[in-house]
Amino acid sequence: MSAPLAVRGVSAAYRSEPVLWDVSFTIPEGRLVGIVGPNGAGKTTLLKVAMGLLRPVAGSVEVFGDPVDRSRVGYVPQRSSVDWDFPTDARDVVEMGTYGRLGWLRRPGRRERRTAERCLDRVGMLDLADRQIGELSGGQQQRVFLARALAQDARLYLADEPFAGVDYVTERIVVDILRELRDEGRSVVVVHHDLATVADYFDTVVLLNRELVAVGPTAEVFTSENIARAYGGAARRAEELHRG
Amino acid sequence: MSVDLVIVVTAILVVVPCALLGSVLVLRQSVMVGDAISHAALPGIVLAFFLTGSLGPLTAVAGAAVFGLLTVVLVDLLQRGGRVRGDAAIGIVFTGLFALGVLLIARYGGNVHLDLEHVLFGEIAFAPLVTLEVGGVDLGPRSWWTMGVVAVAVVTFVLLLYKELKVTTFDPGLATVLGLSPVLVHQLLMALVSVTVVGAFDSVGAILVVAFLAGPAATAYLLVDRFSVMLATAVGTGAGSAVVGYLLARVWDLSIAGMMAGVVGVVFLTALLLGPRHGLVAAALAERRRRTRLRERLVRHARGSVGEGATVAQLAERLHWPVAEVERVVARIS
Amino acid sequence: MGDLLAALGDYTLRTVALGAAVLGLLGGALGTFAVLRRQSLLSDALSHATLPGVVLGFLVTGTTSGSGLMVGAAVTAALAAGLVLVVVQRTRLKQDAVLALVLSVFFGVGTVLLTYVATTGASGQSGLDRFVLGQAAGLVASDVRVMAVLTAVALAVVALLYKELKLVAFDPTFARAVGYPVRRLEALLTALLVVAIVVGIQTVGVVLIAALLITPAAAARQWTDRLAVMVVLAALLGAVSGAVGALLSATTTDLPTGPLIVLVATGIFLVSLPARALRTRLGARREVSARRAKGVGVR
Repeated sequence: MSAPLAVRGVSAAYRSEPVLWDVSFTIPEGRLVGIVGPNGAGKTTLLKVAMGLLRPVAGSVEVFGDPVDRSRVGYVPQRSSVDWDFPTDARDVVEMGTYGRLGWLRRPGRRERRTAERCLDRVGMLDLADRQIGELSGGQQQRVFLARALAQDARLYLADEPFAGVDYVTERIVVDILRELRDEGRSVVVVHHDLATVADYFDTVVLLNRELVAVGPTAEVFTSENIARAYGGAARRAEELHRG
Repeated sequence: MSVDLVIVVTAILVVVPCALLGSVLVLRQSVMVGDAISHAALPGIVLAFFLTGSLGPLTAVAGAAVFGLLTVVLVDLLQRGGRVRGDAAIGIVFTGLFALGVLLIARYGGNVHLDLEHVLFGEIAFAPLVTLEVGGVDLGPRSWWTMGVVAVAVVTFVLLLYKELKVTTFDPGLATVLGLSPVLVHQLLMALVSVTVVGAFDSVGAILVVAFLAGPAATAYLLVDRFSVMLATAVGTGAGSAVVGYLLARVWDLSIAGMMAGVVGVVFLTALLLGPRHGLVAAALAERRRRTRLRERLVRHARGSVGEGATVAQLAERLHWPVAEVERVVARIS
Repeated sequence: MGDLLAALGDYTLRTVALGAAVLGLLGGALGTFAVLRRQSLLSDALSHATLPGVVLGFLVTGTTSGSGLMVGAAVTAALAAGLVLVVVQRTRLKQDAVLALVLSVFFGVGTVLLTYVATTGASGQSGLDRFVLGQAAGLVASDVRVMAVLTAVALAVVALLYKELKLVAFDPTFARAVGYPVRRLEALLTALLVVAIVVGIQTVGVVLIAALLITPAAAARQWTDRLAVMVVLAALLGAVSGAVGALLSATTTDLPTGPLIVLVATGIFLVSLPARALRTRLGARREVSARRAKGVGVR
């Protein structure tokens, strides 16, 4: 069985300076992985390359041994690119997660609707199913997008800073769900911004600063030394967070 | 006075305020509001005529200015009050007002000299024919007086309020903190746009005036990076386009205003493609150079990890590139 | 009233009203996607950009009848759309400036071509002038048939690809992440917009066709929070605007059809504005009574 995510020698660039440089690692099944690193470390870029949204200038990414098929990856993006005034409610948005599996001409039916409601329920948003997407709070919107990814029923999930700027309740709910997904044997890869919670949330960690600094089980790899290497000048602050 | 001279000077007097105001609009992303004001001015002109019985430029400009400000106010109301997006609000307001204007002209303007085609297309060729007479004294082409006053007003506005314009455009928050009034600047700006646009109807018409608002400013934006230089460049390219456009139109006996707008477009395209700093060709070349350097770095790095005796095939495998591409880069760095 | 009945019995008027209604239907349905994707003013720019195409079509085919004009219009509009896309994506110019530029320059080139036609002395220049303000009265049954077919095709495409278009309009990044060819779908939506514009310029003219692509959709938005309902309602409101505008024009003198249709649409929009606030108040009341029924305290 091929690994859920295999990154081989990936380098990526937007303009002149490469944002990722010769990054290679493999994620086994059933892990909850945190990708951490300073700003501009290429974490989001790595996710985009994994999703096939950005072509790397060198190297390759394989998802379950297949370089092309994107519909098997559940994606929880940062909240930005959406039109908040769009006439759609939470249930509708979550139902969109089922579109990939329906193919081109089929309409979403009762089964898709029930899937959407189940996923909304799982994130604790079922009673807000009829609420317009623009009327929800930041944390609620984030949960809706997580539910949408759940509706994709994928074996690999990629999430981009799902905890950024959300309230405590949302954060607890999201972590619990990510753990459930991992316990179901799926793989979850999360770009994370908060060093203080890494040891608590993730069983595997990828330390990234354009290049791969370290990858492996959190207990082994998430050391002050590695953190210092990843964060450079911010080393001491990082160390303090790690200890605290 | 030569016909050519009158027309060219009129054209330049149209272009100067348009280029200046247009530059500000481009930076504030409000250029289409200028287009909306231009269309919405139509009923203003008609109503001004009804109220005063005069077709003179002053009444027309006054009526149009009122409707220009009305447009801005209505668009603002719709955006804030209802669930109407900014661009939809603009579209709804100006098409509604324009339709109203057309209806008014059709119904009541028929027996008067209000010509819709004239408003839409203007006729700058008439400029030498219409002179301004005050108290029996012939003061020269009326268009020079109308647009001259507008041009002076706009230039004065830009010069006097240069700092305010700059700050309110680039950082409205800071402007408020500094005690400037972004709202006031905005209203003055819109009023001047209305007046300029309507003043220009006679010469180039309602739609082509937008070419002079947007074109030279957009061209300048692609060429230079400082606000003051942008203003000057816009005026320069605009005036140049107007002169060239007029000459071509004369030679080929075609629509003067249309040709001027066409030349504005050509100048823009040229800047778009060939602009040294932001032009597409320059950008593509720079991008290519960057990619080449990056590829060379990648090959060197791959050699470093695979080993100095690495074959092309091994490097291709490592980089996940087609073999031919590796060969090309290797040839270049050897 | 007698006037109206007589009007309805008039074949020409029925044709014009039907044509206007079909146009309104198309504009409302496609306009919904345009408005939601913030392409309201793109409609305006593309419609002005049809002018040179219309004249070129005349110059190439030598006649103002036949489809040459429509094809020409579609070509220059598509060109304009492509130009807007490229410039906005690759330079620091923002969409509003590019739209204004494209709108006015293409239109300017169109007027140059018009004067060229005048100098060649070719007949048909008046036939071309009617594109600026439209000439609904000139609609004949064959025109309406063509409009109906194009409308049916466009609506069929929207119905078949509804979920894809909805996803692309709402969250193009997610759509791409799930594997949809987003650029191609967006190009399809723009192409449908061009179809609506080309269909409409004969009837209401270059300047006002944008209204039919914006106003009914904006009005529909005030009544509903569901996309499917919005599309259908916008189509309906557009059709009503078209038909009523045409009827009004026939029963009064001196009032051109195009502007009347637009004013009817604008009127419907204005009347729709309070609908949203009304719905909120009614919705809130319903929610309150439901909570009371459940025995939950009211906040």
